[in-house]
Amino acid sequence: MAQQITIDPVTRLEGHGKITIQLNDAGEVQDAQFHVTQLRGFEKFCEGRPFHEMPSLMARICGICPVSHLIASAKACDALLAVRVPPAAVALRELLNLAQLAQSHALSFFYLSAPDLLLGMDADPAKRNIFGVYQTNPQMARDGIRLRQAGQQIIEILGGKRIHPGWVVPGGVSEPLTELKREQILAMLPEVVQITRNTLDWYKETFQRFEEEIRTFANFPTLFMSIVGENGRMNVYDGKLRFIDAEGKIVADNIDGNDYADYIAEAVQPSSYLKSPYYKPLGFPAGIYRVGPLARLNIVESLGTPLADAEMPAFRQLDRQSSFHFHYARLIEVLYAWERIEQLLNDPKILDEHVRARAAVNADEGVGVAEAPRGTLIHHYQIDKDGLITRANLIIATGHNNLAMNRGVLQVAQHFVKGARLDDGMLNRVEAVVRAYDPCLSCSTHAVGQMPLHVQLLAPDGSVVDELVR
Amino acid sequence: MSRVVTLKIDDRDVSGRDDETVLEVARENGIDMPTLCQVDGLSSVGACRLCLVEVKGVPKLLPACTTYVTEGMEVWTSTERINRYRRQIVELLFSEGNHICAVCVSNGHCELQNLAIRLGIQHIDYPYRYPKATVDASHERFGFDGNRCVLCTRCVRVCDEIEGAHTWDVKGRGINSQVITDLDQPWGESPTCTSCGKCVNICPTGALFEKGKSVAEMTKRGEFLPYLTTMRGKKQR
Repeated sequence: MAQQITIDPVTRLEGHGKITIQLNDAGEVQDAQFHVTQLRGFEKFCEGRPFHEMPSLMARICGICPVSHLIASAKACDALLAVRVPPAAVALRELLNLAQLAQSHALSFFYLSAPDLLLGMDADPAKRNIFGVYQTNPQMARDGIRLRQAGQQIIEILGGKRIHPGWVVPGGVSEPLTELKREQILAMLPEVVQITRNTLDWYKETFQRFEEEIRTFANFPTLFMSIVGENGRMNVYDGKLRFIDAEGKIVADNIDGNDYADYIAEAVQPSSYLKSPYYKPLGFPAGIYRVGPLARLNIVESLGTPLADAEMPAFRQLDRQSSFHFHYARLIEVLYAWERIEQLLNDPKILDEHVRARAAVNADEGVGVAEAPRGTLIHHYQIDKDGLITRANLIIATGHNNLAMNRGVLQVAQHFVKGARLDDGMLNRVEAVVRAYDPCLSCSTHAVGQMPLHVQLLAPDGSVVDELVR
Repeated sequence: MSRVVTLKIDDRDVSGRDDETVLEVARENGIDMPTLCQVDGLSSVGACRLCLVEVKGVPKLLPACTTYVTEGMEVWTSTERINRYRRQIVELLFSEGNHICAVCVSNGHCELQNLAIRLGIQHIDYPYRYPKATVDASHERFGFDGNRCVLCTRCVRVCDEIEGAHTWDVKGRGINSQVITDLDQPWGESPTCTSCGKCVNICPTGALFEKGKSVAEMTKRGEFLPYLTTMRGKKQR
């Protein structure tokens, strides 16, 4: 008999979502969907607010990656002021974003996905959590907590507090870096670099056990997108957008953030509050693409830091179409983050006291693009002549991955879920493919009034009595 | 000619001139109480009711800022009843506006926020009204956010009494009251505003702010007022 399996809520990810799996009469998976069931609405309620409030207001979108929103928002506001942000402020913002990247990746890897990776996909659900990790491998749990703590501490040293620091402002940052703070951060780095290298060593031995998952976890050809810095080098703060195809060939390059709408369109689906962006030239849904750690490492030509670059040849040997390798990419990026933080701190210009450019409103539209832990983040604002927001469009990293997450859920369900004998391990794999993307659902649902509404009134016998479509 | 009177405040014998208010005499004697609409140097209007005190023989509570001291008066400034009312008043102020401290330009430098902290308010027991308020950002240098206005009328008084422009006033009645510039015109088009910024610096919350300030960056410089009034007083003498 046809049957629907619902996994609600999907655990160990940020925000609220559910998965539905449709089985046919033969008990085979016919369809599977990932639904985001919450709505945040930031695009709507920031209308009418002064744009100077935007960075701090938008940071409230997320408690895990507030810095990413701070930065994308501040960059959009820089464009409204039409100023050149002082070089020291650019470096400091990049540094803050890297600390954010490291702590968020540590959260995803150690707290959310390590239970699957260390204990196995079929482990007892009661143990499949960070406490179970601690019981089995206490050092690993401690390492995860330490890495996340270090990233958060750097954010606190720079921005005054760990969550929602107000330090990033339109035009730059509000205070320069002191010598003392620089030394504090530098002193933390050797330990966290070592922890990250140890974790990478452990992971490189471990991930091969997941051969079947690697083959089926959203393993299909799609485009990838991220921003890249000069000479194709990794840069999570600033650069131009680049799309590559499944073979690694550049499809579109050197795209200015302001022109994002020429390349990205957003589709709305009735089953989810999360919109589905797609690569416009290919249309919907053929324009499916992925963003985030895997996309970045597939796209950049080099990372520009020695230890992380040394990891790349091995990584490039992998089947990089598989979203399972988001985990691997995430660890390499953590290593990159620590190294790049050190590079930035060792440049004397970072102590320059000129860190903020001031101006009145000089443009009525601004776009800010940066790389958040989960991928490319776009904030786009329009303002009236007094500087009040008239329209905001946010494309959140998790949104870019929506089509790929959905297709991945279907792929995993088709491979692992067999109606005849359901077990927890199968369903956990369906959740785990979503986890590989580390989606932040609470970050990503902001449009109000665009969701098509389809209401059916059913009689007890299942026949449709009335129907309403908006 | 003023006379010296003696009275009791919180069971302490104190003295003051009969042209002084209970608030002034209390503060001269080191007895403080919360205030919001009252500012030294401006006329007192008794609007916020935070300085309510109990006076022996008077059944209702009286605002200390507009009640003059009399001979033999007995006043209590911090009874359980008063403190309960004060908390309720501040809670009502929060519930009547849209005060989102975390994303406010005055976060950390706000008199309303400080009052809440001082009175130990952690929750608002009243339902929020979520009024639909507007932001006027038409002035070149300053902005007004009606969401954060507590209708203390400090801006109205400082503009009228100190600057002499009387750009600000109040329209509507009761819960629908709003401060306006001139005849409810956009601030930026005001023919009377001198752009002196006194209203911005005397505003207790983030309702009036300098443009270009980000969250928590708006610090008010209210010290100008006692200097101005003292200097003017000396000159006139």
